Amino acid sequence: MLLSLDAATVRFGGRAVLDTVGLDVAEHEVVCVLGPSGSGKSTLLRAVAGLQPLSGGRVLLDGRNQTGVPAHQRGVGLMFQDHQLFPQRDVGANVAFGLRMHGVAKGERDVEVGRLLELVGLPGAARRAVASLSGGEQQRVALARALAPRPRLLMLDEPLGQLDRSLRERLVVELSELFGRLGTTVLAVTHDQGEAFALADRVVVMRDGRIAQSGTPLEVWQRPADAFVARFLGFENVVPATVAGTVADSPWGKLPVPEGSAQGHRTVLVRPAGVRLVPADQGLACTVTARTFKGTHVAVHLQPADGPRLEAACPLRDAPEPGASVGVEFDVAETVVLD
Amino acid sequence: MTGASGSRATGSRRGNATRLGLMALPVGFFALFFAWPVAAIVARGLKTDGAWHLGRIAEIVTQPDIRHVLWFTTWQALASTALTLLLALPAGYVFARLDFPGKHLLRAVVTVPFVLPTVVAGSAFLALVGRGGLLDELWGVRLDTTVWAILLAHVFFNFAVVVRTVGGLWAQLDPRQEEAARMLGASPLTAWRKVTLPALAPAVAAAALMVFLFTFTSFGVVQILGGPTFSTLEVEIYRQTSEVFDLSTAAVLTLVQFAAVGAVLAVHAWTVRRRETALRLVDPKATARRPRGAGQWTLLASVLVVVALLLVLPLAVLVRRSLDAPGLGYYRALTHADGGTFLVAPVHAVWTSLEYAVAATAIAVVIGGLAAAALARRDAGRLVRGFDALLMLPLGVSAVTVGFGFLIALDKPPLDLRQSWILVPLAQALVGAPFVVRTMLPVLRAVDVRLREAAAVLGASPWRVWREVDLPLVRRALLVAAGFAFAVSLGEFGATVFIARPDNPTLPVAVARLLSRPGDLNYGQAMALSTILMVVCAAALLILERLRTDRTGEF
Repeated sequence: MLLSLDAATVRFGGRAVLDTVGLDVAEHEVVCVLGPSGSGKSTLLRAVAGLQPLSGGRVLLDGRNQTGVPAHQRGVGLMFQDHQLFPQRDVGANVAFGLRMHGVAKGERDVEVGRLLELVGLPGAARRAVASLSGGEQQRVALARALAPRPRLLMLDEPLGQLDRSLRERLVVELSELFGRLGTTVLAVTHDQGEAFALADRVVVMRDGRIAQSGTPLEVWQRPADAFVARFLGFENVVPATVAGTVADSPWGKLPVPEGSAQGHRTVLVRPAGVRLVPADQGLACTVTARTFKGTHVAVHLQPADGPRLEAACPLRDAPEPGASVGVEFDVAETVVLD
Repeated sequence: MTGASGSRATGSRRGNATRLGLMALPVGFFALFFAWPVAAIVARGLKTDGAWHLGRIAEIVTQPDIRHVLWFTTWQALASTALTLLLALPAGYVFARLDFPGKHLLRAVVTVPFVLPTVVAGSAFLALVGRGGLLDELWGVRLDTTVWAILLAHVFFNFAVVVRTVGGLWAQLDPRQEEAARMLGASPLTAWRKVTLPALAPAVAAAALMVFLFTFTSFGVVQILGGPTFSTLEVEIYRQTSEVFDLSTAAVLTLVQFAAVGAVLAVHAWTVRRRETALRLVDPKATARRPRGAGQWTLLASVLVVVALLLVLPLAVLVRRSLDAPGLGYYRALTHADGGTFLVAPVHAVWTSLEYAVAATAIAVVIGGLAAAALARRDAGRLVRGFDALLMLPLGVSAVTVGFGFLIALDKPPLDLRQSWILVPLAQALVGAPFVVRTMLPVLRAVDVRLREAAAVLGASPWRVWREVDLPLVRRALLVAAGFAFAVSLGEFGATVFIARPDNPTLPVAVARLLSRPGDLNYGQAMALSTILMVVCAAALLILERLRTDRTGEF
């Protein structure tokens, strides 16, 4: 393993910000740590970088214990949330900084800076002032700067956090292509699931300093480990239920669940696509409270006569008006028993 | 779990070691040259025949003449503070909210007196309101025997303190806050009273306390303008030491002053903390407008008149008086040693002053810079922050205390520096170092800690992080701090007058000595030497200003 965390713990005061976290990252793997703010994901990166001493456990790089190794000798790269470009240096000097620290000769440095700026899509920008860069350009320079000393592990803290939506969506594709091409080992943290799923070979969801779930984006998306992960991924239709055979008894009535589901008191998730709208006299009777356009579909918010609210995904044309009475049926293919 | 506690201990141990390394020199310096002399003063004042006599304090402060000094010190400081606020607050508004041609020049003009030596101000006001001064010539009015000369000179000095502290904040207050109040139904006056004034109040309080402190411990100005009638604590301490030779009384008075200054500084620290609370600040450039309406134009005009009469005129008269003798006679007299006042030609004091100032600046920058670096660390604990307050003490405790302390503490082995030239620069550095800390600290604290982390992750060792990240960002502040230390050292009078060797006076000491002698020639020479001192100070600051703008780019 390139990076291993072994029961890594960080306490601020009495509170464990990182609580016995174990995590392995293999070479050439892109791992995204996903979690709400305050879940300890930035602290995880800082601990690996050597900027935050551990209160317990170990960080190993290439199998070597990093305890006591200062940040500048760990050979990992970190791209900061708000980039932290050196304001008094131009773009070229920022990118060249790490090379200078590693004693690379001037001529070689200049060649490398030119190559990296081209790689991130800013050819010829070396003489530009940092202050004159747009947010997206700063992000690119920060990436080039982090890549320059060829770190064995590149860490990204909310790499696209401060950029506007359309730019973020474009850059996420670029980044993912770039990492694929370079074969870089990447550990990124983000609170945006879209970003994580687009970038990562593997997603790690964190909650309160612990790892809640780890798996490929598809695994995590299809089978969230628990109600927290499900809700964090944006799923609202999560209810407690008693499962017996292929039927779950829930506040919304009897739901069909897949064969082989765990039995007993469980949490059941119905993805919005599995909430089908039918005429008012069939299924679970609901009132439409609101609807929001999601581009490819409409999210319809429903209030059943009894039980918690529901969200249904509905084709653009068929969406009922707020106030309308509808019936709801549940699709077994989109229903998951959690825990 | 062994690995756990081990790694944590390593981290904090490294932080502590760095901090201790940074602090060692400043702590040693202040212990040796401040704490030790102060302890010597305490012992001298309260210990007789090996026994402590705390009753000495009550005994001395109840003497009628000392009571009179205490009373005068306090009320003249209060009056000076009130007068300064009255005249400078409108100027603060004008600088903050009005935009007019020549604003930069005017700001510089207002700032200059603050960095001028006290003896220059003293002689300038003597030339304006004293015997044979401008007012005497024109209308036969003399103020040098009244308290007005002292009060006006105090306004001259502290005008900039109020304008910069209050005006600086005022300019950064978002005018839209007032506009929001207006939209909610407040009249312009109510909006100002309810929104701007509360935001400004802590800054006004802080400025007022600073002015009170400076005027409470005023020495040079009162020494020159006060004559035999008026005497502040500082002047009295000096008199007791150098004329009455009652070191024990001087020591007790120093302690009284020490306590008063400590109290004022504590209140000041408290107001500064309050001032830092949650204000929405904006770019000052965005808040100033061209004056509109008769009211604003009148205000601008009256501020200009005050600046012209109170700040510019005294200096102009000083220069004119120095040129009174035909053929630059006073200046030429400075090159002769025959006056009997000095063993060397008075002009020699220029070189002495410059040499001392260079040495003092170097010491102050090293000591103050190291202290600021230690204080700026985010992991700075309570002990370190306590040291921060301690560093301010020499500034407030007054130069006379420093000089007096040097005199009685550093005169016997193992530390007998009486014969060493370094004694004067050391005392001046002690007075200058707090300025360096004050200038450097906010800048060092403003360096984003993550910039340092970014450099570390890119492979920079702690030393290289400092050189590559901190130094380029603080170079400007470092130069400004050096300039401050240099100007302070050039003009330093209170401490230097105790310890400067008679054959090697500094400029301010030479001026004071010339003024204390009768005769037109001595008076004229004092004016000439003051003018030289003023020019040297101004030149030092101008050169610095140049250095600063030349190097703002990368390296």
